[in-house]
Amino acid sequence: MTDSKYFTTTKKGEIFELKAELNSDKKEKKKEAVKKVIASMTVGKDVSTGMALFPDVVNCMQTDNLELKKLVYLYLMNYAKSQPDMAIMAVNTFVKDCEDPNPLIRALAVRTMGCIRVDKITEYLCEPLRKCLKDEDPYVRKTAAVCVAKLHDINAQLVEDQGFLDTLKDLISDSNPMVVANAVAALSEIAESHPSSNLLDLNPQSINKLLTALNECTEWGQIFILDCLANYMPKDDREAQSICERVTPRLSHANSAVVLSAVKVLMKFMEMLSKDLDYYGTLLKKLAPPLVTLLSAEPELQYVALRNINLIVQKRPEILKHEMKVFFVKYNDPIYVKLEKLDIMIRLASQANIAQVLAELKEYATEVDVDFVRKAVRAIGRCAIKVEEAVERVVERERSLGASCRELLQKSGPSGLVAGRGAHGAPLGTQSPAGRLCPSCVRRDQPQARAAMIWIVGEYAERIDNADELLESFLEGFHDESTQVQLQLLTAIVKLFLKKPTETQELVQQVLSLATQRSGPVPLGAASGLYSWLLRSLPGLFAQEPVTSAFPNISEETDLIEPTLLDELICYIGTLASVYHKPPTAFVEGSRGIVHKSLPPRTGSSESAESPDAAPSGPPPSEPPAVIPTQGDLLGDLLNLDLGPPAEGLDSLALPAPSLALDWALTAQRVAWAREGLDSLVGPGGAGLAWSVLSPGSPCPEPGSGLGAHSSAGGVGSGRLGQPAVAPRTVWLPAMKAKGLEISGTFSRQVGTISMDLLLTNKALQVMSDFAIQFNRNSFGLAPAAPLQIHAPLAPNQTVEISLPLNTVGSVMKMEPLNNLQVAVKNNIDVFYFSTLYPLHILFVEDGKMERQMFLATWKDIPNENEAQFQIKECPLSADAVSSKLQGSNIFTVAKRNVEGQDMLYQSLKLTNGIWVLAELRIQPGSPGLMLSVKCRAPEVSPYVYQAYETIVKN
Amino acid sequence: MIHSLFLINCSGEMFLECDYFFEAQEKATDVENVPPVISTPHHYLISIYRDKIFFVSVIQTEVPPLFVIEFLHRVADTFQDYFGECSETAIKDNVVIVYELLEEMLDNGFPLATESNILKELIKPPTILRSVVNSITGSSNMGETLPTGQLSNIPWRRAVVKYTNNEAYFDVIEEIDAIIDKSGSTVFAEIQGVNHGKPSCAIGQINNPRLLDDVSFHPCIRFKRWESERVLSFIPPDGNFRLISYRVSSQNLVAIPVYVKHIISFKENSSSGRFDVTIGPKQNMGKTVEGVIVTVHMPKAVLNMNLTSTQGSYTFDPVLKVITWDVGKITPQKLPNLKGTVNLQAGAPKPEENPSLNIQFKIQQLAISGLKVNRLDMYGEKYKPFKGVKYITKAGKFQVRT
Repeated sequence: MTDSKYFTTTKKGEIFELKAELNSDKKEKKKEAVKKVIASMTVGKDVSTGMALFPDVVNCMQTDNLELKKLVYLYLMNYAKSQPDMAIMAVNTFVKDCEDPNPLIRALAVRTMGCIRVDKITEYLCEPLRKCLKDEDPYVRKTAAVCVAKLHDINAQLVEDQGFLDTLKDLISDSNPMVVANAVAALSEIAESHPSSNLLDLNPQSINKLLTALNECTEWGQIFILDCLANYMPKDDREAQSICERVTPRLSHANSAVVLSAVKVLMKFMEMLSKDLDYYGTLLKKLAPPLVTLLSAEPELQYVALRNINLIVQKRPEILKHEMKVFFVKYNDPIYVKLEKLDIMIRLASQANIAQVLAELKEYATEVDVDFVRKAVRAIGRCAIKVEEAVERVVERERSLGASCRELLQKSGPSGLVAGRGAHGAPLGTQSPAGRLCPSCVRRDQPQARAAMIWIVGEYAERIDNADELLESFLEGFHDESTQVQLQLLTAIVKLFLKKPTETQELVQQVLSLATQRSGPVPLGAASGLYSWLLRSLPGLFAQEPVTSAFPNISEETDLIEPTLLDELICYIGTLASVYHKPPTAFVEGSRGIVHKSLPPRTGSSESAESPDAAPSGPPPSEPPAVIPTQGDLLGDLLNLDLGPPAEGLDSLALPAPSLALDWALTAQRVAWAREGLDSLVGPGGAGLAWSVLSPGSPCPEPGSGLGAHSSAGGVGSGRLGQPAVAPRTVWLPAMKAKGLEISGTFSRQVGTISMDLLLTNKALQVMSDFAIQFNRNSFGLAPAAPLQIHAPLAPNQTVEISLPLNTVGSVMKMEPLNNLQVAVKNNIDVFYFSTLYPLHILFVEDGKMERQMFLATWKDIPNENEAQFQIKECPLSADAVSSKLQGSNIFTVAKRNVEGQDMLYQSLKLTNGIWVLAELRIQPGSPGLMLSVKCRAPEVSPYVYQAYETIVKN
Repeated sequence: MIHSLFLINCSGEMFLECDYFFEAQEKATDVENVPPVISTPHHYLISIYRDKIFFVSVIQTEVPPLFVIEFLHRVADTFQDYFGECSETAIKDNVVIVYELLEEMLDNGFPLATESNILKELIKPPTILRSVVNSITGSSNMGETLPTGQLSNIPWRRAVVKYTNNEAYFDVIEEIDAIIDKSGSTVFAEIQGVNHGKPSCAIGQINNPRLLDDVSFHPCIRFKRWESERVLSFIPPDGNFRLISYRVSSQNLVAIPVYVKHIISFKENSSSGRFDVTIGPKQNMGKTVEGVIVTVHMPKAVLNMNLTSTQGSYTFDPVLKVITWDVGKITPQKLPNLKGTVNLQAGAPKPEENPSLNIQFKIQQLAISGLKVNRLDMYGEKYKPFKGVKYITKAGKFQVRT
């Protein structure tokens, strides 16, 4: 007979039966009955049965049969909360059991009591718990240690009042390693909810104890201890090294969590070691094998390991530079593992291994999974950009892929373009003839793939010997092609003509006549009309520029993690933060004031030990690869935005780099839009493609922000309380420059929502419609959170006021100046571009108030060279007035001091991307000016913070 | 810490739930390729997939995900250990024991006792004999005393162990992970080795410690001695355990014992294709390659396959499009071959992907890395225990690309 019998539903009558059994004299019967009750509780299907029998089950508690006792305890943990009054009945037994001679029972009782979340019981728990914390048996002590954490969760005040925290701290010095480990675990858990409490105030002595316990406790205990060690800040490099030495053996542990926690400690303390040290090199060597070993574990472990390796590779690429092969993808890896491996392969790609990597990537291009293939092909492009010397090979690879290009493009559609784009992105040598592309390979694909192929041919026309043949072959079926392909073909042939004018004249004429004679798709007619006109009227130089204009240079890996964030994430190796590549503050529920962690500064051993603060420190000097791509010209970049209508299919790409930008195609398209607009003027039926999507590819708006913005949109003008500083609207786009459309606007932030308040005026004589807006990538990832809501067409001389909600989840690129925002606005007439500067304070978030102690520590921690001083002139306000004014814009006063008649305000603020800025504001009564000192880990924001201060204070 | 644990079967049905404190939101996914870490508005779900069961744990605060995953695997291992299999039926049949086990393994989300010997002392595994005895005598299968190993510095060993026969067996199992490309050259290969052992106090000496540069040890191994003398000195745990696992990756040390010749092609514009696979031995150091099984995931468009094999039998699963060829032993004189035609769905385009071959094999009495246990000394025993070392080489993730 097995337990599955318990799964049969209990009928009504059985309750009585069970009741009788529970009260039976026979132990065996009782036990069976309790088992039945528990089984029904595990399935959760018959709660009432469990409830109805509560008193009967509790009665079974007083028994000397351990199994029965355990079962009843199990039951109590689940039901006590719903029957608090009855649960009291059990208290006596618990208290008695806490004094049982059998340590197993003592521990069990204290453990169970801690799990019963009933206030009345909690009161009775204190005494037994205190005894158990000092129990002679370590098993009981270690159970009691965890119980303190449980109790703290129920009633934190009680735990503090009863002094349990101190007892717990004493347990760190316990003789038994298991007790130490559990005490550390409990303290860490409690500390998480009290970030400032200094519970785990570690000193060299306690560190020594932890390190001793580390060798002897269970694997789980080792994890707790290692995680705790990682929070310690060694006072000099010698101490760091000695800790590292004692942690290193953990790298050979069979438990991968222990390994990863050890890696975290080492990665962190390595920061402090000098690179010339022999030990530094040894340590680097020791780190690689365990990381690789993690990859032979189960796929779930692999995934987490890979996410962490991704961080480690960015921080210290030297560790795994020789281990490329272990990241090669196996065909039956789960997709989440495959994608991670691919990402790391790109990061590890270097000149030395590029051939290997490319061969491997090519192999992936024939895989079944479309998503993966797409990423693999894109990876080829990224490799090309990353390793300049690889370009040639990529082009070659591209071509050998071209042989199988058909399937590749068919599957990957536009991302095939990326590969081509990759070849282009890096400076091209003169050589590398792409040779002959096989025409048959591009015959019967989807239009997208064909368009992509044609684009490649056009782009590299001078290096593809049979480019003209190829393009000609497409002309045969010109009329059957989709507009997209036709446009591409037209552009490609014009490009070809510009590169090889003599041989291809005929071809151009052919395509132009084909395109113009055709009454069909409007854009095409327009484009070809334009071309013919251009070609006729401006022979020679003209077109070389627009048609064959090169893409702005893009850098590789635009998805590199920003260095300060990376440093922070390194401190979170092995945690959820490392899986999501976001600091815990960004996602941990209710973020209970999690302390920002940072890597320890590097100190030389020559530095005097007593003044570690004074050591010139700062983020690691190792030059990280550039995160910020060189900025292309405004127009080029904006053109590269996914402005195209969805039909283009490009917006599905969500590329890291400025997306592939069929620059010329877009130009043609703009002509098309013009036509389209005309159509919509002519008649309602004539309206062409609608600009339905606004922010293609950008992730969904921040939760809440979209809605909130909508509701507040109406009241922007009047409903402003005057609290947050908002600059008056300024004209951003004069009507002269935008064919009659005038845009003025400003930025504001209200209850967590950033919005761009726009005033659109139609100063032309025709109706404007089909408005849409798009931002270029910018320093803080500002992006529209919702489409531009202009429902009715804008009549001449009409003005419309709109508040466009923004979020900060767009793609990031550092701009110069930092707060520069480039905007594209489209209407039925044309696309217009303008750039504007936004005040930084719209990015100050609501939870930007730092704890006092944190503030002090952070202030000290930020190197002095990051401090910037500014003067705000003519501001005759009192300290309090300034403080409250600033608070309205989310600059929080952490502390106020009066020094020699001067009022000092210490303030903190946080930007949407998690950068903290600390400020000290000095106010001299009598003098009208304010002195502002700003300290921030990213000193480049300081001047903009100052600007924001000035704006707010003078508002 | 670990908040609660759910077991979910393939069809997405939840069949066991344990709440450690309060009720947690249940959220289940039943797709393959479920990412192991899922975030929900209030919780994080960390899951593993073992034997058609998802073990899902819910966490609320920042917890190392590997910690949770390792623990979940440990839970699955324990079930396997107790019930012989870790299946839905086994768990349902033993639900109360499962519950008791989880209670012992977790306290408030902190792992408590995860060593199998300790657990077995606390909760005895179900055997038919025991259940008969229990039902007659009314005794329980729950240990009454504190497990001795729980607190010692060597939790893997009970304090007073008595064995009726003193034996020490070492299994050296090596698995070759490799990716072989189209032309037959090795893209990537490494050996995952495992030393399994059985009890007594021992010191093992290994012929070529340099092989073991990347190792992970069972906690029983004295790391200091390994560092200084390169010998494995340990007090072995009770029962079966994994003593060390190691990885050999340098190309010249990884010999590939089999080769595969293959032609898998599809004709343009016709709904058929060719399939021809031959497998042969290579660098097997005079030992026989046996237990060979070749599996190929054919493209979706494949309807059926018409093949003949010179050796062994093959099956084609038309639903999953998987062909499994059970070859058995490879005799070098007559190489096993499987060939024939592939029929595609009418009108389907030529499949794009190249199916990979997955190969399993076994070689007895050989550790392919050349690793040998030179000596095995036992101390603290008056009598001479029986010692035995067994070598076996297996295919791990061994793939041939076409």
